Amino acid sequence: MDIKTIYLLIPLAPLFGAMVAGLFGWAISRKVAHTVTIAGVAVAFALSAWTLNNLVNGGESFNGTVYTWMTINGVDFNVGFLVDKLTAMMMCVVTFVSLMVHVYTIGYMEEDPGYNRFFSYISLFTFSMLMLVMSNNFVQLFFGWEAVGLVSYLLIGFWFKRPTAIFANMKAFLVNRVGDFGFLLGIGLVLFHFGSLDYAAVFAKAPSLQNETVSIISGHTWSLMTLTCILLFIGAMGKSAQFPLHVWLPDSMEGPTPISALIHAATMVTAGIFMVSRMSPLFELSDTALNFVMVIGAITALFMGFLGIIQNDIKRVVAYSTLSQLGYMTVALGASAYSVALFHLMTHAFFKALLFLGAGSVIMGMHHDQDIRNMGGLRKYMPITWITSLIGSLALIGTPFFAGFYSKDSIIDAVKASHLPGAGFAYFAVVAGVFVTAFYSFRMYFLVFHGKERWMQKGHGHDHHDDHDDHGEHHGLGPNDKPHESPWVVTLPLILLAIPSVIIGAIAIEPMLFGDFFKGVLFVNTEAHPAMEELAHEFHGWVDMAAHAFVGLPVWLAIAGVVLSYVFYMVKPELPAACEKFFNSIGVNKLLENKYYMDFLFINVFAAAGRAIGTVLWKVGDALLIDGLVVNGLAKITGWFAFLVRRVQTGYIYHYAFAMIIGALVLITVWLAVPLAALAH
Amino acid sequence: MTGNLLSLTIWLPILAGVVVLATGGDDKAPAARWLALIGALLGFLVSIPLYTGFDALNGGMQFTEFKPWIATFNINYALGVDGLSVWFVILNSFTTLMVVLAGWQVIEKRVAQYMAAFLIMSGLINGAFAAQDAILFYVFFEAMLIPMYLIIGIWGGPNRVYASIKFFLYTLLGSLLTLVAFIYLYGQTNGSFAIADFARVPLTMTAQGFLLIAFFFAFAVKVPMWPVHTWLPDAHVEAPTGGSMVLAAITLKLGAYGFLRFALPIAPDACREYAWVFVLFSLIAVVYIGMVALVQTDMKKLVAYSSISHMGFVTLGFFMFAGGTQMNQFAVEGAIVQMISHGFVSAAMFFCIGVMYDRVHSRKIADYGGVVNKMPVFAAFMMLFAMANSGLPATSGFVGEFFVVLGAIQVNFWFAFFAATTLVFGAAYTLWMYKRVIFGEVANHHVAELKDVNKRELLILVILAITVLGMGLYPKMFTDLMHVSVNDLIWHVSQPKLAVPQLPQ
Repeated sequence: MDIKTIYLLIPLAPLFGAMVAGLFGWAISRKVAHTVTIAGVAVAFALSAWTLNNLVNGGESFNGTVYTWMTINGVDFNVGFLVDKLTAMMMCVVTFVSLMVHVYTIGYMEEDPGYNRFFSYISLFTFSMLMLVMSNNFVQLFFGWEAVGLVSYLLIGFWFKRPTAIFANMKAFLVNRVGDFGFLLGIGLVLFHFGSLDYAAVFAKAPSLQNETVSIISGHTWSLMTLTCILLFIGAMGKSAQFPLHVWLPDSMEGPTPISALIHAATMVTAGIFMVSRMSPLFELSDTALNFVMVIGAITALFMGFLGIIQNDIKRVVAYSTLSQLGYMTVALGASAYSVALFHLMTHAFFKALLFLGAGSVIMGMHHDQDIRNMGGLRKYMPITWITSLIGSLALIGTPFFAGFYSKDSIIDAVKASHLPGAGFAYFAVVAGVFVTAFYSFRMYFLVFHGKERWMQKGHGHDHHDDHDDHGEHHGLGPNDKPHESPWVVTLPLILLAIPSVIIGAIAIEPMLFGDFFKGVLFVNTEAHPAMEELAHEFHGWVDMAAHAFVGLPVWLAIAGVVLSYVFYMVKPELPAACEKFFNSIGVNKLLENKYYMDFLFINVFAAAGRAIGTVLWKVGDALLIDGLVVNGLAKITGWFAFLVRRVQTGYIYHYAFAMIIGALVLITVWLAVPLAALAH
Repeated sequence: MTGNLLSLTIWLPILAGVVVLATGGDDKAPAARWLALIGALLGFLVSIPLYTGFDALNGGMQFTEFKPWIATFNINYALGVDGLSVWFVILNSFTTLMVVLAGWQVIEKRVAQYMAAFLIMSGLINGAFAAQDAILFYVFFEAMLIPMYLIIGIWGGPNRVYASIKFFLYTLLGSLLTLVAFIYLYGQTNGSFAIADFARVPLTMTAQGFLLIAFFFAFAVKVPMWPVHTWLPDAHVEAPTGGSMVLAAITLKLGAYGFLRFALPIAPDACREYAWVFVLFSLIAVVYIGMVALVQTDMKKLVAYSSISHMGFVTLGFFMFAGGTQMNQFAVEGAIVQMISHGFVSAAMFFCIGVMYDRVHSRKIADYGGVVNKMPVFAAFMMLFAMANSGLPATSGFVGEFFVVLGAIQVNFWFAFFAATTLVFGAAYTLWMYKRVIFGEVANHHVAELKDVNKRELLILVILAITVLGMGLYPKMFTDLMHVSVNDLIWHVSQPKLAVPQLPQ
């Protein structure tokens, strides 16, 4: 088999599984559906791992066309693959997490009537995501970009009877479309100025256009690179849920938990991070764009973390932590530390998928009650879920030697070394974010796995409004019920994800950040953006890095966060209420509960204004002015004219004679005048 | 045989229509249906050699036919297709086949007449696309309206009289002005009605300006462009499903085709001069109509408004003059692709609404909810078409809009900016409708009694799904036929053809 066939097989294997489970879902058994889709993803994973191994051991990158999709004006638009180490890493992360989620789904969706449909969707997602990361051009990138959005839409609304789910999926699609709006214009500028949409051609030409300016408002000139990069980044803001386009991600938790892990934590939401890294040859040419990226990322990293503190739905806590971590990655991009962003993307994919799947296991154990205030002491009943979730949380908060530590600490160091104007704020945000992350992560951890078994105390009713049960038909444990550990198809993926959550950081940091793993893939203008070089100077191996962490601020902030949450939720449970009272009195609580009023802005301002303007244009523009005045007006004039004509038919001979004479005069004039006019020429 | 291929695509459906008509009353309805199906199928089959036999390297007219018709006025039966028109003959023949299938059981009264009207209309529309003589075009262009009037008037909804009068008022003015324009051009060319001669004859700016106004009224109404669009929602609402499918898929395209075949080549200088008017109207169509579509409560009206918005991309693409002189090839080919794609997608959307209307007898969004619970197969297909209507990549709906935006940004950033808002508006009105109609709990007892699609409906949905996906995945197949003709058109329109004013001697 030649290499192109193998690469083609990687996305097509999951697509085949998706088609079998989707088109013939009505005819095949559940067992066939999950076997075929899992086999497809397993093939994709095996070949991806082979590809990565091949490339790491000196294999050649691949850049080739599969077929020409379109040719216009002499420009070819291809479907094609670029497989280098960046792609291979993404392929491995995507297919591995996807495989874990496929297996997990067997247990999680066991009772769901849409079992086969679900497997079809997640395999289709895997195909779309692979097409996105393997693309060698902007068109296919955009295809993958929108296709993962489509599958995300289908999966958030998987339980299509629930009003909240079908609102959330439409919201997610539309907010993403706002991002894609910018993305499309960015692609348009690329084609216009670079004459191609193939990565290789565009990147090769980029340096020569560094000083090119465009004028989109007369009198003001913009750097072409700044405009293009910011527009492309707006696409990333939608997909990777950066402020202010983050509003869709928390609501996406309406979808079943396996897809929250796969799509809304590990893979799809990192597409924006991947895209900006891929475009590093462009972004490096505009400090303004990088600064914009960094500030947006910093806002997301810190302020979304705050929202994680007040959530009581287990999935929403993890969702806000995802937003915050995506902010970290974006900050790293802004600091030109693309490799660090990708490193964090990878470690985050493992531990966040782990945390989500762990949360799903807890939800199953709790009989689909998601409110952490009803949990407690679960470690006794669900030991595997407990240990793996603890590992995930430790990785998330950046405990030395865990995967998340290496990536997050590197981000903080990179921001510290950045010289962009926004770096000061960004550094504050990412450092403060460490404390916030540790606090909400362990707040959840303690409330779920330690302390009193609170479901025994609560009345069997649901008086709290933010209860998002997964199935609707049955939820919550009775006072005398006992939670149970999940079946092996659920716990096995937890264990398999826990392993990389611990070790992948220590293994990968040296080659990915300071070795030549990304050589020739990522482009950094080291003269202007020396952050990575400075990091390399200070790096003396993974053991040394972890040991030295204890002289730095972040680790102590993380410890402080854990200790504070321990005090709040284990030692003195009355303290949080007192704090809440205080924050209520200064209005902070209200601000947080309303999520900084961003939903209000989107739903009650933008969407409402769109509908209001639409109504006005319809009722006034179309109905009153065009139809009422002009069209029906013309009809009236016609009627009026007909009335006049009727009046003319008087029956009096002299009226008709008079008309005849006038007519004859006009005719003679025209008859004579036309030849005369012709003669005059 | 190949020498008369275009004549076959015109007269075979018309002949089939006459035969179907001859079956008479509804007691012979099955025979009428099968004859109509055979006629439509043959009509589609004879259009296929237009694709297989088309010489993509030749930008001129192909499959030409020429016979004197009214020798006194030098009016000829002249046919031919080039890269601009060949797809529309095929698309029209294809749509007719779909329409015959769509009306199979649904139409119960006057079946023969219904089927015959569509077959005859199909032949007339092919004639309009293939005509190379202005008068021949005019005859087909006008004659085509008669079956459409009948379709709306006989099988239409309760308010059909208002709709047809509105349609009549709109089109009458434009048609008459076009005829005047043709007669004027006949004078200027010293007695020729050949469209090619019209394109060659030098004209003063004033003459071009007046001609452009005449063409605007004829073709902008058909497209329809804002602000002469208000007939379309009414016509769609009253038309039966098949009528809406043909109206959206084909007759709107005749308007856009008119700009390509007449306005741009005959009055290029005026087109360049007044391109901003068309750009403005097109962008208003995209943004304004997009918002109007958002608040519609009637599904058919919503899709009708969405058609206007999508056709805005077509006219926008035609009038993208870079630096004020040269049409942009991305935009023009994107616009033609959008025309073809909209033929598939809008036909599919109207068919989907028809499927629901046949069962519930309501077009109101509020009368639905939770259809997916009872019609999962149908819901899956409608999801695909809704996504195509929102311009999702890998569906045909993406290709045209994508390239028009890519072309527009080369002319003016803000043209592309406003055009690209369709990403948000298009998705918003389509998916909001889909959410309210398809998702949710079963809303009422009408929905509770729904039955999923039958085999005939499934067949239509599958065929349309294949075309929508096929064109999205391999649009090159479509554009390869147009490149040379589009190039020729762009070159022609970039050349001044102003008449040199003759000084008095």
